[in-house]
Amino acid sequence: MNVTIVDYQSGNISSVINSFTEVAKGKVNLEVTSDINKIKSCDKIVLPGQGSFKSCVDSLNQIKGLVDTLKEFAIINKKPLLGICVGLQMFADIGYEEAETKGLGWISGKVSKIDNQKGKFKLPHIGWNEIEIQKESKIFKDIKNKSHMYFVHSYEFIPEDKSVISAITNYSSKIVCSVERDNLFGTQFHPEKSDKIGLKVIDNFLKL
Amino acid sequence: MLKNRIIPCLDVKDGRVVKGINFVELKDAGDPVEQAKIYSDGGADEICFLDITASNENRETIIDIVRKTAKECFVPLTVGGGIRTIQNITDLLLAGADKVSINTAAVKNVDFVKEASKKFGSQCIVVAIDAKKVSDNKWEVFTHGGRNKTGIDAIKLAKQVEENGAGEILLTSMDKDGTKSGYDIDLLKEITNSTNIPVIASGGVGTLDHLYDGIVKGGASAVLAASIFHYGKYKIKDAKEYLNSKNVSVRL
Repeated sequence: MNVTIVDYQSGNISSVINSFTEVAKGKVNLEVTSDINKIKSCDKIVLPGQGSFKSCVDSLNQIKGLVDTLKEFAIINKKPLLGICVGLQMFADIGYEEAETKGLGWISGKVSKIDNQKGKFKLPHIGWNEIEIQKESKIFKDIKNKSHMYFVHSYEFIPEDKSVISAITNYSSKIVCSVERDNLFGTQFHPEKSDKIGLKVIDNFLKL
Repeated sequence: MLKNRIIPCLDVKDGRVVKGINFVELKDAGDPVEQAKIYSDGGADEICFLDITASNENRETIIDIVRKTAKECFVPLTVGGGIRTIQNITDLLLAGADKVSINTAAVKNVDFVKEASKKFGSQCIVVAIDAKKVSDNKWEVFTHGGRNKTGIDAIKLAKQVEENGAGEILLTSMDKDGTKSGYDIDLLKEITNSTNIPVIASGGVGTLDHLYDGIVKGGASAVLAASIFHYGKYKIKDAKEYLNSKNVSVRL
């Protein structure tokens, strides 16, 4: 199997590479690339994302043909794609970080700043929080409800169709921490930084 | 709910841990990679390396340690010490660090924090503030590992780095550091109350109770400690079980 981590200058993806390499050892061919042809021909895609919504969308758009290729892969051909952090957020129609920015529009909804109740809660939401699983999910196979995952973000994805939500986490409000629709997956938390339980999420994705 | 984090810190000099952990299973008490792995396996919520050599010739050494550690530890890794330029940050992140902790450069040039957080995102920029008490409810910032007085007020600097995009503040009390008498709770309270980003408490931990005080009395989001975890006095697990028994939520 060939899995591609999309390298589109979205910030620091070393940890994503390290964790996937660890889990993939000897089982899966891992490629880190922005080459459209390689992306087209692979079996699964990982779409990381760090920094702001706007900077990630801008970086995606800078690579000619990338957005269309990803759409064809994940939405039209319904092949497995996992978005991590801003990689997930970009599934939305629109984001409000830095400036109002159009997203990929794969799952209707918006990305807005977490309501921290007038400063009662610190932002970014940094650290380990429990996930509350909302529906059966292929990437949460053998993962217990209320497992701890590592988060670091100030913005949250609010999808219109709540049935895509596979887990939430409780901070200043209930925050969407993962989505799943067909073969489209996204986690707001960082499985690559979430210790053994995070590696299990990665393993589940690679085993799909 | 969000858990309070426990962060063991390893001081590294010329590629070796200065105060090592003295666990029986450790083959080499001075190897930072091996020690980080033990902390990570023991349930540390993050790992912090502080490079106290921090001379330019030795940057490759810490980068190599980060590279090796990042391949074995799958919890967040923060690296501090001697970070002066955007290139220094790029090198550490490429090696596998998740966050960098900036001290002297953040004080010398406030725009550096702005530039770094814009380029890499706030999530990976930690500003380390070393403060010393000068009078009642007044603390002054020191730089260069505590050697240089700056005349800058710690609370003012904390607010300023938050505004400039720092994601977290790592706050060390120089009066308390190394004393094992607990964090400077007044300082911690002042900073946690006057900023809206997470604050990591550092400097002075001698008992598990001190960790409790840092979180409950000081309002810290995370507690950093070095010596209590070295020499095997306490394991990370002991700290977590103790806090949990006192109703402080931690990741068990």
